[in-house]
Amino acid sequence: MKGTVLILGASSAIARATAAAFASRGYGLYLAGRDEEELARDAADLAIRHQVPVATGRFDAEAFAQHPAFIEQVVEASGELAGVVVAFGYLGEQSRAVHDWDETLAIIQRNYTGAVSLLNLCANRMEQAGTGFIVGIASVAGDRGRQSNYTYGSAKGAFALYLQGLRNRLAPAGVRVLTVKPGFVDTGMTFGLPGMFLVASPRYVGERIARAVERGRDVLYVPWFWRYIMLIITHIPERIFKRLKL
Amino acid sequence: MNRLTENLSGWGRYPVAQCGLLRPERHKGLGGLSAEGGIARGQGRSYGDAALNQDGAVLLTERLNRLSAFDSERGTVTAESGLTLRELLDVVVPRGWFPLVTPGTGYVSLGGCIAADVHGKNHHHDGAFSRSVLEFELFDADGAVRTCSPDVQSEAFNATMGGMGLTGVIGDVTLQLRPVETAWIQAQHAPARDLEQALTFLQDNEHDARYSVAWIDLQSRGRALGRSVVMTGEHAVRDALPAAHRADPLQLKLRGERNVPLDMPGWLLNPLTIRAFNALYYRLEGRKTSPFIVGYDKFFYPLDALGHWNRLYGKRGFVQYQCVVPLEQAHETLRQLLDALAASGHAAFLGVLKRLGAASAGQLAFSMPGYTLALDLPFGGAATLELLQRFDEIVLAHGGRVYLAKDARLSAESFRQMYPRYDEWLAVKQTLDPQGRFSSSLSRRLGIGEPS
Repeated sequence: MKGTVLILGASSAIARATAAAFASRGYGLYLAGRDEEELARDAADLAIRHQVPVATGRFDAEAFAQHPAFIEQVVEASGELAGVVVAFGYLGEQSRAVHDWDETLAIIQRNYTGAVSLLNLCANRMEQAGTGFIVGIASVAGDRGRQSNYTYGSAKGAFALYLQGLRNRLAPAGVRVLTVKPGFVDTGMTFGLPGMFLVASPRYVGERIARAVERGRDVLYVPWFWRYIMLIITHIPERIFKRLKL
Repeated sequence: MNRLTENLSGWGRYPVAQCGLLRPERHKGLGGLSAEGGIARGQGRSYGDAALNQDGAVLLTERLNRLSAFDSERGTVTAESGLTLRELLDVVVPRGWFPLVTPGTGYVSLGGCIAADVHGKNHHHDGAFSRSVLEFELFDADGAVRTCSPDVQSEAFNATMGGMGLTGVIGDVTLQLRPVETAWIQAQHAPARDLEQALTFLQDNEHDARYSVAWIDLQSRGRALGRSVVMTGEHAVRDALPAAHRADPLQLKLRGERNVPLDMPGWLLNPLTIRAFNALYYRLEGRKTSPFIVGYDKFFYPLDALGHWNRLYGKRGFVQYQCVVPLEQAHETLRQLLDALAASGHAAFLGVLKRLGAASAGQLAFSMPGYTLALDLPFGGAATLELLQRFDEIVLAHGGRVYLAKDARLSAESFRQMYPRYDEWLAVKQTLDPQGRFSSSLSRRLGIGEPS
């Protein structure tokens, strides 16, 4: 076995597929999330299919004070971490966030501060060990603020910036940091939404993530063409962009 | 749960219905039909309208495909109903196990296998899929979960086996598997010059193999009517394998799948090309009269190698007619069916003839001791429907029935006559789903759920 990968926010479709991609490469898994019944089902499935050890545990992204104990608990159960994947997040509702501070705070904490709190702990351990990888699932929504989802986008954008800094800090220690920016992925969140095009399967996304880690990539747009879509979008002059209905 | 409104069809691509799709990602989401009703859909491999619900909800189970237990000593496995046989095989074959019963495609869900109580090439020995099911969960109309087995909730168990999804949504399924030494099949073909000889081969107990099926050339006429290639097979033991496979007998290099990329033009499968294909197939396959070793995927799932093969029929789609006729007078019944086909001038691309053994316990299950004939016809509108109506009359006159998983056009009246245990089934349905929430385009067409 190659060591254990901690998946934070393990019951999303992308997380499940990413976990499967690492398990098929011989990594053990620690699945962390909120719905323990679902986690147990995912764990049994991955253990049977890939014949690797899979443990599960509950965590709350917003309960910062509990994070150190949680990471201790993971290491105790599964040993020093080979890798960690931050897959949790919360799209929320922009229209509600405008008037409802609780919603705004939930979006920020579950996409940004919660991830920072957990990754600080993991990064310190990995830096000391001189090995490991960190995968953060950010979003193309973080590349440019738009009226329809800028609270979410700003949190994901901040997260991407955090990952960038972390990568810079950990590079000398030999710890790799991968920023993933998914475009449209066929998940429960996007199923049936209007305006979706060229939707990628979670399985494809999971495979690309594991492969990007193997190859030591820094930033992964998935599917790949989103790099170019976002290149165009980020280059529209602000004077014009601010008038668009996006 | 988000909802996607889409035009949907079964594998035959006829008929098409506008349905509201729901796709749960979590196990408890399988209870999502309890309030408004609808029908569950696995891989959409039933041919007609069994997994369609015009203007209603269709619950896709494809994301619920997790294995939750595998006992490699006893050969039992538990998984969510959306798991496909293909995925199951990938897990269990390398560990020396095989499904007790498998239909002719691996791209079916476990839930679909239960709903249609599917059969395979070993039905005459091992019965239908229900024989391999130890237990399943059923989300009933109240969203409550019942655990059903042949001993516990046996009424619900039997009504669901072959119940076309109309008793509820299937959750976890526990199956008994069969131990195998290798991933290979020892197969043998025998050409049969006519229908009579094909039937003789299929019931020949001396040469009886675990698996048998006859491919039947539906273009042959006159004395060669019913000309066939009878194909038999057994799970190969390790010693029967060539040296190259013996070291790792449970590993199979699965072939990559090729796809039919888009709809073929409607004229591609015409009487001329179909006749030429069938003659060639009879010559080539009929030659393999000495035993040969073949991978399980090629033996059981020859058509799976060609993804989206239903596109070969073009946009118009096709219908498969599959019936079973009782053992007595089977020859006469089948001859009448083949004659009716010949007289109609329709060309059927694919014909399969297979012996069936004992009937299943399910009140709406398809199987009965006899022979089942399946044939694929390009859908040609009224003329096709007329021919199939003629088939129904012949089948009914001889005490047979049509397979609902393939059906797109049977009448409610013929259904009642073909399924004499319908009233028994309805009594159980009314306890599980008193308001009749679970329904499909098929159930409404056939009046399933309505009092007789």
